[in-house]
Amino acid sequence: MIELIIIALSIFLLFIITLWKRRSPANLREISAFTRLYRTLGLSMEDGTRLHISLGRGSLLDAHGGSALAGLAMLRHIAERTSVSDQPSVASAGDPALGLLAQDTLQAGYQAAGVEELYVPTAGRVTGLSPFGFAAGAMHIAQNENVSANIMVGHFGSEAALLAEASDRESVIMIGASDDLIGQAVLFANTQDALIGEELFAAGAYLGAGVSHIASLTVQDILRWLVILTLLGGAVAKFFGQI
Amino acid sequence: MRVFTAVIAIAAGILILGGYFLQNIFPALADVQTLLLNWAIIMAGAATLVGIFNLISVHTDKVRRREQGSIYSALLVICLVAALLFGMILRPDHSAMKVVMSGIIIPVEAALMGILTISLLYAAIRLLRRRADVMSFIFLITAVLIIFSSVTLPFANIPGLNTFGRWMTQILALGGARGILIGVALGALTTGLRVLFGADRPYGGN
Repeated sequence: MIELIIIALSIFLLFIITLWKRRSPANLREISAFTRLYRTLGLSMEDGTRLHISLGRGSLLDAHGGSALAGLAMLRHIAERTSVSDQPSVASAGDPALGLLAQDTLQAGYQAAGVEELYVPTAGRVTGLSPFGFAAGAMHIAQNENVSANIMVGHFGSEAALLAEASDRESVIMIGASDDLIGQAVLFANTQDALIGEELFAAGAYLGAGVSHIASLTVQDILRWLVILTLLGGAVAKFFGQI
Repeated sequence: MRVFTAVIAIAAGILILGGYFLQNIFPALADVQTLLLNWAIIMAGAATLVGIFNLISVHTDKVRRREQGSIYSALLVICLVAALLFGMILRPDHSAMKVVMSGIIIPVEAALMGILTISLLYAAIRLLRRRADVMSFIFLITAVLIIFSSVTLPFANIPGLNTFGRWMTQILALGGARGILIGVALGALTTGLRVLFGADRPYGGN
């Protein structure tokens, strides 16, 4: 019942705040990784290099689906921005269904940019089905396809270090975010601007993907405060022997 | 077409969500939920085959264009097709297939795991060169303390280090990890809701 209440409250807040945010401009705090990402998008177009967006190996049928969907939302925006480049972006995934959705998302980005004829289906790839197989395939892209930035958003474990190492060897900019704690620790040690925790889900809002993305950040903040108050309330109640 | 796919996706999402929470009130929703999830599992299986063909198509294309590193692509395609064919003919539990698994695939993955260990150590050494801030110092010092508190030291145990390490992993790290996971869960919830109501549509075009 609590879960249903949380979901209903989230839907209500998302709806109300989306309507509200249409009228008032968003005020987002600066996250250096997104500033770098925004700059990288423009630079890659100018210097004729491509971006490699790695969506991780999160299956849409399990708990990692959220991070996979966040990665796809970001891919959609990047595809639209870079579709007219000489070297269009490449997306890699470690889950077949996610790979298919990556292709569809890339195509949607090209459609939105009005250049659907430039879309190549092999721009969305499944590079491997096991964690290390996926990382090895993604490393190959980073090393051999004139990539200027590796953007990793999705579910990554310790194998992220291999991809980070390959990027570092090629002097490729690396921006990484994972929903996995081990993956986050590895990316923190390996990247200049690591994204921690829920920052993974903020990419769309920072890249200007739409008002619903900004609204969902506000909803997350409200829910987080509710969780904090509940935890503090529980601790106080326990202290006074009410629980 | 875009509206049609969105309607199907939103309806399927609402029915599955309803199946979780309202099955006591509407028992039929549980059956619909099971049916839709079974379809999703079957489609995920079919997607695996499509993914394999995508892999073959990408790498044959690289070989055809003689791109940089195409020798590895050729090797990958040959090994993949051979493993697929022999796996289908001999079946996965055949002794030859087991030899391929235990003699090639597992050692290669283990080797990558070994490389990963060195990569992580190297990343830790370079961390301060890459980003010399307070968080990096805390990260490194914590990592070193945890390592020293969990390994057997050759000279002698440092008094209190084991207790400190346990306190750090079971109180500080666990609390922090839970905080991060709650943030991730809230992010996944709002992302899922955006997809559920069609604000984000990672399917069927725009």
